[in-house]
Amino acid sequence: METTEKDFSHIKGWGIDADPENEPTYPIKKYTGDDHNRIRWERPPLQPATVEVLHSNERPGLSAVFGTVAPPSGLSGAIRRYAFKYSESSYGHWLPLLLADRVNVVEGIIDDLKQGHVPNIFAEKGWAAEWKYNRKAVVQKAATAAIVTFVVLVSLNKKKK
Amino acid sequence: MLAMNYRGPFRVRADQKPYPEILHPNDAIVRVTRSCICGSDLHLYHGLVPDTRVGSTFGHEFIGVVEEVGPSVENVKVGDTVLVPFNIACGKCAFCKQELYGNCHESNPEATAVGGIFGYSHTAGGFDGGQAEYVRVPYADVGPTVIPDWMDPDDAVLLTDVVPTGYQAAEMGGIKKGDTVVVFGAGPVGIMAAKCSWLFGAARVIVIDHLEYRLDFVRKYAQCEAYNFKSLEDPVLFLKKTTDWLGADVCIDAVGGDAAGSAMQTITGRKLMLQAGSATALHWAINSVKKGGIVSIVGVYGPTDNLVPIGNVVNKGITIRANQASVKRLLPRLIEQIKEGRLNPKEIISHRVPLEEISDAYHIFSAKLDNCIKPILIPPLARV
Repeated sequence: METTEKDFSHIKGWGIDADPENEPTYPIKKYTGDDHNRIRWERPPLQPATVEVLHSNERPGLSAVFGTVAPPSGLSGAIRRYAFKYSESSYGHWLPLLLADRVNVVEGIIDDLKQGHVPNIFAEKGWAAEWKYNRKAVVQKAATAAIVTFVVLVSLNKKKK
Repeated sequence: MLAMNYRGPFRVRADQKPYPEILHPNDAIVRVTRSCICGSDLHLYHGLVPDTRVGSTFGHEFIGVVEEVGPSVENVKVGDTVLVPFNIACGKCAFCKQELYGNCHESNPEATAVGGIFGYSHTAGGFDGGQAEYVRVPYADVGPTVIPDWMDPDDAVLLTDVVPTGYQAAEMGGIKKGDTVVVFGAGPVGIMAAKCSWLFGAARVIVIDHLEYRLDFVRKYAQCEAYNFKSLEDPVLFLKKTTDWLGADVCIDAVGGDAAGSAMQTITGRKLMLQAGSATALHWAINSVKKGGIVSIVGVYGPTDNLVPIGNVVNKGITIRANQASVKRLLPRLIEQIKEGRLNPKEIISHRVPLEEISDAYHIFSAKLDNCIKPILIPPLARV
């Protein structure tokens, strides 16, 4: 703690929330001891599960509410179901979920194509903004890609000869 | 309805999706009038958070008008203009009763380590978020708060996450009058943490980042010192020297898993994903704080492991405090701070983007283009 007096009058509200009694502070400031009753609180009404919802094996069932977006499906869904056999403390849980996410990206492209939609990946990546605000970098990247492609093609042609 | 649609890392678009339904008696449907892209949305956008499913809609910072309510909803009514905390909280479980609204046990089946969060992957409950025209809001009697008539909607939308998270970062630091506080990260949350540190009586507030435009902004907005770690050979050594060789009283990590500044952390954390994001900011925070000091973490990391100097935590006797902000708990105080003019959140908004242009908005924010600090999204219905 500094001992020198400083003038903080230029900072509106300086020290207004200083509270020497703020110990212990959040997150244990409002500790009630209710945790000792374990999961015996009055639960809210339970949302009906109308789609497949995976739940952590570190809890006995679903929470009272949950999201219903994008239920597990396809290969990524199978990987997710496998992942949820493992606890949140295990790589067996998280690494398959990351794999499932990447598989899901491919499934998403296939779904788009099935629906007759060819995804404009450049637009989805925000390249219009890149062109608008970072044109020099776009040109540099394009030039680099062109040079690399040219060099690769030339070297491949040489090998063929 | 129009909504953001996640297609994979670095790929999002605006698409038509079904209007949300009431699925629980205490649900509400809110017509969104403003939503933000949060720095932590970028962790999802970059593919760092496991169980982020294609087709999801992100967005945990939003305000809007109540369009529909479930049969048990009593505290809000159709037509109310509400701000919706990013935490989904039941208000009844042991954790909510301790005002740990970010740790509700009845809002996320997929993980026990985090409560439900709007639009933040299935690891946070699988809820669609508010980067859309409409959104389902569970536990409408608990989270949604009617916005006072006098409040600017741009201030209100920043009360859903940024302001409470920055304030709580300072609060968890246990700042005492005269303390030196170092904030790592000059993003929206870091900016707000620096600003709020003064409210708790800090005598010196130092912000560390690598983006000059953000450092310039935070110097003016939060009236603090700000340094570019790229121009410091070793930021930890610099901070030791500038704090009489002892270290700061409080260090705040307001960056999380997307941190720059260490090639090893960047490669293992962000590129190869061998750890749950890059922990450079936390590493520096632990090493820059004084013995017996406090490190407050509000930066978001993934759920696996990170490389941090835990031995130094032990040897220096550091207290680490961390949590998702408990927005509902803090709202009354923060609304008062805004009313009294001590906090002016809307000044951090740098970009206002139509929801239809969400792909560009994400890229601008992620790539730090056009001096972007905080983008907000305006749905078509809110522009009529």
